[in-house]
Amino acid sequence: MTDATATMRAPSATVAARKTRYRSPAVRGRLPVLLFFLPPALLLFTLFVILPMGEAAWYSLYRWNGYGAPEHFIGLRNFEVLFNNAAFSRALINNGLIILTSLLLQIPLAIWLATMLAHRIKGAVTFRLIFFLPYVLADVAAGLIWRFVYDGDYGLFAAISGFFGVVTPYVLADKNLAIYAVLAVVIWKYFGFHMMLFIAGLQAVDKNVLEAAEIDGATGWQKFRYVTLPLLGSTVRISVFFAIIGSLQLFDLIMPLTGGGPLNATQTMVTFLYTYGVTRMQVGLGSAVGVILFVICVTLAFGYKRIFMRHD
Amino acid sequence: MIHLYGKAPLRARNLSALVAATGLAFLSGTGASAAQTVVKWLHLETVPSYVKVWEDIAAKYEAAHPDVDIQLQFLDNEAFKAKLPTLLQSEDAPDFFYSWGGGVLKQQSETGTLMDLSDAMNADGGAWVKTYNPAAVKGFTFNEKIFAVPYKMGTVSFFYNKALFDKAGVKAEGIKTWDNFIEAVKTLKAAGITPIAGGGGDKWPLHFYWSYLVMRNGGQEVFSAAKNKEGEGFLDPAIIKAGEQLAELGKLEPFQGGYLGATWPQTLGVFGDGKAAIILSFENTEANQRTQSGDGKGLASDNIGRFAFPVVEGGAGAATDTLGGLNGWAVTRKAPPQALDFLRYLTDKDNERIQAAAGMIIPAALGAEDGIADPLMRASADQLAASTWHQNYFDQDLGPAVGRVVNDVTIEILTGQMSPEEGAQMIQDALELE
Repeated sequence: MTDATATMRAPSATVAARKTRYRSPAVRGRLPVLLFFLPPALLLFTLFVILPMGEAAWYSLYRWNGYGAPEHFIGLRNFEVLFNNAAFSRALINNGLIILTSLLLQIPLAIWLATMLAHRIKGAVTFRLIFFLPYVLADVAAGLIWRFVYDGDYGLFAAISGFFGVVTPYVLADKNLAIYAVLAVVIWKYFGFHMMLFIAGLQAVDKNVLEAAEIDGATGWQKFRYVTLPLLGSTVRISVFFAIIGSLQLFDLIMPLTGGGPLNATQTMVTFLYTYGVTRMQVGLGSAVGVILFVICVTLAFGYKRIFMRHD
Repeated sequence: MIHLYGKAPLRARNLSALVAATGLAFLSGTGASAAQTVVKWLHLETVPSYVKVWEDIAAKYEAAHPDVDIQLQFLDNEAFKAKLPTLLQSEDAPDFFYSWGGGVLKQQSETGTLMDLSDAMNADGGAWVKTYNPAAVKGFTFNEKIFAVPYKMGTVSFFYNKALFDKAGVKAEGIKTWDNFIEAVKTLKAAGITPIAGGGGDKWPLHFYWSYLVMRNGGQEVFSAAKNKEGEGFLDPAIIKAGEQLAELGKLEPFQGGYLGATWPQTLGVFGDGKAAIILSFENTEANQRTQSGDGKGLASDNIGRFAFPVVEGGAGAATDTLGGLNGWAVTRKAPPQALDFLRYLTDKDNERIQAAAGMIIPAALGAEDGIADPLMRASADQLAASTWHQNYFDQDLGPAVGRVVNDVTIEILTGQMSPEEGAQMIQDALELE
């Protein structure tokens, strides 16, 4: 926390200067800040983050239905059950798929659209708004809308296939197709957010550099590849970071769409946690999923920050 | 207590009761002196006319007991099941809620969140408890303690669309055995009609097939042994055979397109819209298919027929064994005495008769059966009355963890993802973990 207070002061050069000259008053000045501002944050963080995490780790070692106190200790049995569970493996694979789709389709799409909409061309603002709209929509509402779109009897898909005279695919009920249908909705829902990040990033790119490249005879693609993209680097890295963490936590979009079905084909770790842990009153098992999810998230987040974002 | 009046406009209740309640508050001067007891009633009824019947009963009760304010709270079926464990342990626990009895209620009763109703119901020489069908009371009794007030009983049976059966030339009277049923499905399919409406998205609507097949193949003895972890358990040959028959049905692809994603209300809608000929469903199907159909009218009542789940040749189960619900109102530990008093009123002979007459229930209260007006409901009630073994829904009876595995396994076997042996083994594993 000392670091935090230091960075708080850092922007002001005069303060920093004073700090070196009069060390002891600065410490004296910092003490009330610590006493006043640290406890609430520390308390809230402990109460709502550290404690639940510790509790989950503790519950994960028990067979417990959520009532009373956990008493039936079973060691690592819950984890064993999880790794032998086909639905959980499916959930892990699906989370991987969602991350891959986000990285390979969603972010390139967002960059492409951003490069077109970052300039002050006619209608750019309107298009930005349109592309950003899905992100503003509540996840559950979006899920319900798409459930209707995909509906094979009364939905948009039924109408389209009826128009072309082909047999309606029941995409959400087909265990091979359902996950792709979900992925399409995920891209639709979140590309606008990444696009906005890139637009902000592009507006910070110095026009002179691009002009210089143009004078040097660079083509459109070369300008993008060798000037824009490197300068967008930090934005790309933060965007990828959000995409990965968001993908791992995907839940509210899937529940109204498929609820993890059919045959667990669209299960993610969090929907698995909910279906198998909460609704079956197996809080111990659910906590074990939570612990695994936590470990994966923390490893990825810290690893990513260490490796890719250390200069940002 | 002011906040109680503040909540009044939020209630779904008829205006007159609201006006009466508000008027009462004014008459009694300050809000503080008119201490009203709030009774929170959690249900999952989706048919508006049924809720109206309850609201009327509640209004009648409130008129006679001005100090009681009954609030109906609704949760959707699946949401209800998911939310209940947390809700019961919170300060917002309802005073009484809908229960299917069985393993789920038993587990809830063991946690100390429910009120033991034995003393109240057995008081005065059992004046209260004697008003119900003893089988219903028995279904809610664990360790000789009663944990729910009996409300209704039910049977699951086949309902069919008479017009579609005629079109395909299928005679419902001819369906006596499982083989007959399979033949009927094939005939319907050959006639270009979707044979069965199935709710594979919610899973439990299809677990009725496996349940009934287990009952027809194995009979009470085999199922009770399996449930009590005796003998071969769920690996009993009769139970494996039930799985094989289920797989055989699945191979015929008898369900509507996209059935694996269909929720129960959608499934009722498929039947109500005449898009499938058969549905395996509850006693109150006629009213429910109407609510869920696209036009709000559904099938005309004279277009719906009903037949019991057929027997399996060589099976140990009888045609008169029934699978179905037993529903009651479980009371939470902190509920006020008024909640009990209201429940006694809600499930007394007269009010049960009113609910039966509205086509809502097969009453659990003795002497209220004569209220059943609807012929299809009457047929269900008669079947129930002649039942040689009435089994609660498997997914409720086996408790939340094993019950949900049964639902999963049914879908897996039906779609050919899992062999009947693997499915049986999975249920057995889940049971042994309990």
